[in-house]
Amino acid sequence: MSFLDQLVFRPIMSIFLIKPALLLIATFCITSCTVPTEKTLQEGNVFDPYERVNRNTHSFNRSFDEWVFRPVSQGYDVILPNEVEILIGNFATNASMPSVMVNSLLQADLSNTGKATSRFLINTTLGLIGFFDIASAIQIEEPNTDFGETLYVWGTQEGAYIELPFFGPATERSAAGKIIDLVINPLRFILESPQSNYPRVATAGKLLTQRDRLSNSIDSILYDSADSYKQLRLTYLQSRRSKLNDIDEEIDVDPYELDTDGF
Amino acid sequence: MIVRSFFLRLTLLVFIIGLPTVTLSLDKSAAKLLINNLLNDINQVTTSKKSEVEVAQEFEDIFSRYSDTKYIASYVMGVDRRRATQEQKKSFSSAFKTYIARKYGKQFKGFVVDQLDIRDIREIKKWYEVDIIVKTKDGTPVKITFYVSNRTGRNLFFNMFVEGINLLLNERTEIGAILDKNRGNIDALIAELQKPG
Repeated sequence: MSFLDQLVFRPIMSIFLIKPALLLIATFCITSCTVPTEKTLQEGNVFDPYERVNRNTHSFNRSFDEWVFRPVSQGYDVILPNEVEILIGNFATNASMPSVMVNSLLQADLSNTGKATSRFLINTTLGLIGFFDIASAIQIEEPNTDFGETLYVWGTQEGAYIELPFFGPATERSAAGKIIDLVINPLRFILESPQSNYPRVATAGKLLTQRDRLSNSIDSILYDSADSYKQLRLTYLQSRRSKLNDIDEEIDVDPYELDTDGF
Repeated sequence: MIVRSFFLRLTLLVFIIGLPTVTLSLDKSAAKLLINNLLNDINQVTTSKKSEVEVAQEFEDIFSRYSDTKYIASYVMGVDRRRATQEQKKSFSSAFKTYIARKYGKQFKGFVVDQLDIRDIREIKKWYEVDIIVKTKDGTPVKITFYVSNRTGRNLFFNMFVEGINLLLNERTEIGAILDKNRGNIDALIAELQKPG
């Protein structure tokens, strides 16, 4: 009974009673997602009406990366053996699977729902609460999705580009998705404190590992480009759209139509 | 007599049906060959123990040999090409080669192509898209897509996407930003591209 309570009643109660404020904010974001005009769709289809505010946040984020995130990620890599970093990353990924399960289901993507479910079951048991990635070893693909993608599938507009403090680049749609993901993550209802913090800590560790692995590319965007704000914005939007398979064909220039005289 | 004419007709039929597919697959294999050779050459440079300056030089040669440099230079300059003189276009083209080789020489250091893993080749309008998977040193797979055309009469790649990120679009943004920083002065842009660092 208490199991049923934890799995079913409490989540439902939380969504409908305890977290209405957060949901309200998120719903507001979704319904008011700004609609782009034709003029703002140029230059890689970037819609950025909040550029001034965003640029301030960007310079804050950049300093945060320079003085905290990057040095800590380097230290993290030096201190921890690679194997331990992998274990922590595996744990974080496995802990994200229930959320992937829910979102895949909401997107009516049964194949990914199945993959996320079997990955979670296998890695939580045979993989010792997720530290070992047995599922990958037996060729179960790792699905990855979020509520931002669910909103995309449901037909919500992308909205404007925003740069969030600490979290970095986002769109109005993906930011609303992030909030809702926090609320509907099934693990939150199953785990009590302090266990409920472990996935969060592991995710922070995983992010540090990723920052360090992608150091070349990230540094090139943030520190070696003439306008790091524009460079990050374009890179994020392309990468996000590519993940959602929301590709804009208009950007391709037919190589036979471009004027190359003189070059 | 009936049999012969039947075979004749069959041969003709096969020929007619087969012809377009044969020429198509020939172009496809040419696109594949280009990417194959390109990656082999990149591999040779990235796995060699050459100095950073030498690596940049080798990358510049590879870039000139395998890519449609005229198209790329024109694309990344964007609308500013309209007010550039012939002289400026020429030196921009050459400076951009140096700049891109230096930049990606650094970036490609972490990549090792163990075996060529071509996933898909698609014909889009008048060009081919070649999807490949390369692995970084720590084994993370990265999807790269090359666009290949023979606009110039030779098969050359004219764009490249890394995990869905259009490198030409990013470079056009960067060039635009450098131009803005120099108040639209094209000569200053060219000088900045040639500067090491």
